[in-house]
Amino acid sequence: MSTGPGQAARGAVVEIRDVHKAYGKNDVLRGIDLTLPAGSVTAILGPSGSGKSTLLRAINHLEKVDRGFISVDGDLIGYRRVGDRLHELSERQILKQRVRIGFVFQNFHLFPHLTAIENVAEAPLSALGRPKAEAYATARRLLDRVGLADKEDAYPRHLSGGQQQRVAIARALAVDPAVVLFDEPTSALDPELVGEVLDVIRSLADAGTTMVVVTHEIGFAREVADTVVFLDGGRILEHGPPGEVLDAPRHERTRAFLAKVLV
Amino acid sequence: MSAPEQAWALPSPLAEAPPFDTAPSLPAAAEAPERLVVVPARHPWRWVAGAAVLVLLAQFVHGLATNPGWEWQTFAGYFFEKSIMDALLITLELTFAGAVLGFAGGVVLAALRLAHNPVLKAVSWGYVWVFRSVPLLVQLLFWANLGYLYRTLQVGVPFGPGFHEFQTLHLVSSLGAALLGLSLHEAAYAAEIVRAGMLSVDAGQREAAAALGLPRGRQFRRILLPQAMRAILPSAANELINLLKSTSVVYVLAIGELFYQVQVVYGRTGRVVPLLMVATVWYAILTALLSLVQHRVEKRFGRGATR
Repeated sequence: MSTGPGQAARGAVVEIRDVHKAYGKNDVLRGIDLTLPAGSVTAILGPSGSGKSTLLRAINHLEKVDRGFISVDGDLIGYRRVGDRLHELSERQILKQRVRIGFVFQNFHLFPHLTAIENVAEAPLSALGRPKAEAYATARRLLDRVGLADKEDAYPRHLSGGQQQRVAIARALAVDPAVVLFDEPTSALDPELVGEVLDVIRSLADAGTTMVVVTHEIGFAREVADTVVFLDGGRILEHGPPGEVLDAPRHERTRAFLAKVLV
Repeated sequence: MSAPEQAWALPSPLAEAPPFDTAPSLPAAAEAPERLVVVPARHPWRWVAGAAVLVLLAQFVHGLATNPGWEWQTFAGYFFEKSIMDALLITLELTFAGAVLGFAGGVVLAALRLAHNPVLKAVSWGYVWVFRSVPLLVQLLFWANLGYLYRTLQVGVPFGPGFHEFQTLHLVSSLGAALLGLSLHEAAYAAEIVRAGMLSVDAGQREAAAALGLPRGRQFRRILLPQAMRAILPSAANELINLLKSTSVVYVLAIGELFYQVQVVYGRTGRVVPLLMVATVWYAILTALLSLVQHRVEKRFGRGATR
């Protein structure tokens, strides 16, 4: 699992096989199978409680699954296979795997005591062990890419929600991840700030990174995603190109959901 | 102030209101807002309360200056006296060492309490319970009498053979007993302060650090601890000041710290009040210094928290 800068721009294949997850008696994921090709953009839609976020969090092992497995470019995430057994990896090894997988949170979770550039440079410095000058150069380039070159010394509190989320995206990209996961990246934003964040995500879609976006922005999903997955009750109800799932849904549940969010 | 006059002159639906009514200002607001002057509310009772307190304070200061019982001459004579200075140094040493050892122990105890291992958790809880239950004074007397409980102490295999034996009396001097007691006592309180600080950090911060793949130690030092410090510092400073004064309790072990020393002096001279004032003023000065340091350190850890 090399993460050299040369091949990092290329996305990785994500395979999700028979994934189950329950919290106590509450089955959140009930057998998810999905293959996301390298460089694809997948939008996951579904009513609240359908397991969207849990699935996303399982991809980088923030959430342990009860059954099944997830792999990125053939490497199991969180486990090592010995014969027919999956042994959970040590925390250290899992942390190393996560470097290939960027995660953008609904509530940004920027580090409030660090400036924008310190937030972005942190992972290159300490997870990849890059020299300081190089980490800051990368961070500066990424802040420029999300349109915040002039905000590098600002603390998160001094930034608007949209700006904070753009810093968070730059932070997730700073380690050249092969996969980037977005957990409702615009749900915590004021309506007028949604556009600037979606613009940044849209620009990434062309860069060849594999992206998975949990979202309620149907228009965005239609425009940017090449696959739309509709989740309900912990199962995939339907998936396919946005034209199919969004315009000609086969299931009544999907139709009902879309009718509600499109109003 | 021509605004009211202007208002009277203006034709208004409220013009026929009774002459003492305030209504005329209403049309003024509607029709000539730029003429209005904002008058802040008056607070006469603030002045009354302030004056009353100042009178009481003046009375107290007057008493300090005129009552011969304070014996300021004696106070001045002993304030920088050699034996007092030496005692002050011991108080500072006890405070410093007690704080360092206590907080080191507190960090360990907090880590144990937050660990997943139920045995470690329970032990940490038990420690805090015991050392918060036993009054410092009582605890100190126990340590001073350790030699009575265990004449010798051994290093070796648990329940097995020992390699080296110490005479308890030689191992634990009275200063050692004092430091041990203060540190163990302090560790129990520090543990709770540190634990509260760690819990005050939003769970999303740990998650974000983990999602970025930051190494565990780095997550703690760079991300969690600096944020926990904001919650830890005010309580820690409070505890440190408390410790400074708690050192006076070790006088029972006949250690020449500040309070013990002033007792020695007034036992000899009979000048109780001025010598108690010597100790009091020194404690107050040290507390002021610690508060100053607290303010500086809090400011440093407040980065990014204020606009």
